Amino acid sequence: MAVLVDQNTRLIVQGIGTEGANHMRRSIAYGTNVVGAIHPRRGGEQQDGVPIFTTVDQAVRETGANVSIIFVPAPGAADAILEAASAGIPLIVCITEGIPVLDMVKVKAALAGTSTILIGPNCPGVITPRTLTRVGIMPGDIFTPGKVGVVSRSGTLVYEVVAQLTAAGLGQSTCIGVGGDPIIGTRQVEAVRMLNEDPDTEAIVLVGEIGGSAEQDAAAYIRDHVKKPVVAFIAGATAPPGRRMGHAGAIISGEAGKAENKKEALRAAGAAVTDNPAEIGSTMLRVLKERGLA
Amino acid sequence: MKLHEYQARDLLAANGVAVTSGRVARTAAEAGKVAGELGGKVVVKAQIHAGGRGKGRLVEASETAAMYEKLTSDPANNAGQVKGDRVGGVRLADTVAEAEAAAGAILGKHLVSIQTGPEGKLVKTVLVAEQTDIVKEYYLSVLVDGSVNGHLFIASAEGGQEIEHVAATNPDAIARVAVNSASGWEGYVGRTLAQRLGFTGDQAAQFATLAEALYKTACATDASLVEINPLALTADGRVVAVDAKLTIDDNALYRHKDLADLRDKDEEDPLEVMAQEMGVSNFIKLDGNIGCIVNGAGLAMATMDAIKFAGGEPANFLDIGTVNDPQRVVSALQVIIKDPSVKAILVNIFGGMARVDIIAQGVIDGFKQLGIEVPVVMRLVGTNLAEGEQLLAASGIPAIRATDFGDAAAKAVEAANRAA
Repeated sequence: MAVLVDQNTRLIVQGIGTEGANHMRRSIAYGTNVVGAIHPRRGGEQQDGVPIFTTVDQAVRETGANVSIIFVPAPGAADAILEAASAGIPLIVCITEGIPVLDMVKVKAALAGTSTILIGPNCPGVITPRTLTRVGIMPGDIFTPGKVGVVSRSGTLVYEVVAQLTAAGLGQSTCIGVGGDPIIGTRQVEAVRMLNEDPDTEAIVLVGEIGGSAEQDAAAYIRDHVKKPVVAFIAGATAPPGRRMGHAGAIISGEAGKAENKKEALRAAGAAVTDNPAEIGSTMLRVLKERGLA
Repeated sequence: MKLHEYQARDLLAANGVAVTSGRVARTAAEAGKVAGELGGKVVVKAQIHAGGRGKGRLVEASETAAMYEKLTSDPANNAGQVKGDRVGGVRLADTVAEAEAAAGAILGKHLVSIQTGPEGKLVKTVLVAEQTDIVKEYYLSVLVDGSVNGHLFIASAEGGQEIEHVAATNPDAIARVAVNSASGWEGYVGRTLAQRLGFTGDQAAQFATLAEALYKTACATDASLVEINPLALTADGRVVAVDAKLTIDDNALYRHKDLADLRDKDEEDPLEVMAQEMGVSNFIKLDGNIGCIVNGAGLAMATMDAIKFAGGEPANFLDIGTVNDPQRVVSALQVIIKDPSVKAILVNIFGGMARVDIIAQGVIDGFKQLGIEVPVVMRLVGTNLAEGEQLLAASGIPAIRATDFGDAAAKAVEAANRAA
């Protein structure tokens, strides 16, 4: 068992420009089963030995693809997501940054009530180290198979956390980058639920950010349902209100958006919250030792 | 991207929202002319992005810092004024001559409020609008909210004040109604909000029409926030927007060339404008003395937090992104050292998409081209680290090296304190 991606993943890549093609090669090198790439005008050709299809529908029919990763530029990203959903892809991971938020409102409304899972957009993707399945843009070599699941809005903070966990001797089960936009396919609370229900995951790191109220929703779920140890960090405690800190979703625009409010909710839910981003790995090691799990 | 009040009003009016009559003016004479068209009794409002205009003070450029200190040090200095006062950035005028005088007193001055910061803001335009005889003030906004996956209306019968203040003191006075994003606007949204605000009869109908037009404006302009505070019920029975704020989703500007042209760079921090023009887009100026170059927005925020945790203050937020050209690092360094308060620089890179060797080359080039005099602390991890290390060793630049995140922040704070 793993969350979202594993040895059964049959991946296609939508958008094979420089970045898409580069990361497709890296995923193949990591050990991921990439079965196709999509390009509306290059159907029938190959990219790095991978067959190119004109549409997702065609790729699904000919390869049995079950996961898609999207690098299509922002103006066409909503179209690409809905194309994958329409073709019956059950898991869509959208890396694209800078999608207008109203496009995501439309996409979320279209996917509501369907079984399609969307991760992102503006996210680093999902990785399961044990099965060498990389559906994202993360540097594969920093990951180690293990029992800690990671949920993060930010990409580089996933790497930071993973490096700290690995340095503390703690491997990772599945790491999910949910994305830095205000409207995302899978919110933190849902990612935490997936890791909570995953038998391969024994502990969870939650990396949040200022803005919105997603961390409070995750905290409510943790309080009511999660027995596994949870370590949390909220980035942006020192950010001024009203300024967009790179991520479109990272703007303090109300009380709930403040780091302290989120930390308080997570502490009240029983999570070990660290104020120092350098101590996420060591905090997890301490919590696991306290519980006799490490 | 934020708009000026007059720009927001024009967009709202064009989409059918009832606003007070009025127009923008750039000179006192023009303000007098608009006042004449409106019958003489007008309000003259300084057009800057920051709030607190009515309670702000107009001063010369040389006096802004002292005034800001005065307004912020003692709340009494900021609380003494009431709206419509003839001292601040929002003034009532009863005749054309008074309107001209008010505009003359506002235009060309720096307006300092508790929200402008110590530099204040140069006032280049005023809005001249009809005076409204207000019976009651309301708050109304529509924003795109992740928790409802779409548009959310927030409304309160306690208008005219900060909604955060109302939320903190009387949360039950705030109504929240989401628009279902699958169906779009339906009449119940307007009826529900009207009832919660206490509107009945014709005014409830006027309010519902206005709320629908507000939603349509938000959709048509890709606005992430449209805020009307106050929305007024006037003595002659109209429901009308007296003030307006509109923020457009930066990611959607590519499909709104006309709105992108409304950007007023003078309202932005000069260092941020410089950064953007040099291709360093995710730069935000802060008040501390440690300049930061980081890849990734989350890591950049966490780096600021780590600096604070180590007892220091960051001078900026900067997500340098995936760097393919060392020159972008040089540009970032150039922007950072332009800020005289910077006493040390922290480079914190976790190479994934970004390559450590390119960042290292950029810092080396920066030392050679810019004559950097402040200490530079570097923490490098990830893709092409070995190549980056070789470049740094061969260059002989005096960078202070750090191994992990906490170490890097501590060394940067120590270096800044030594230099300060």
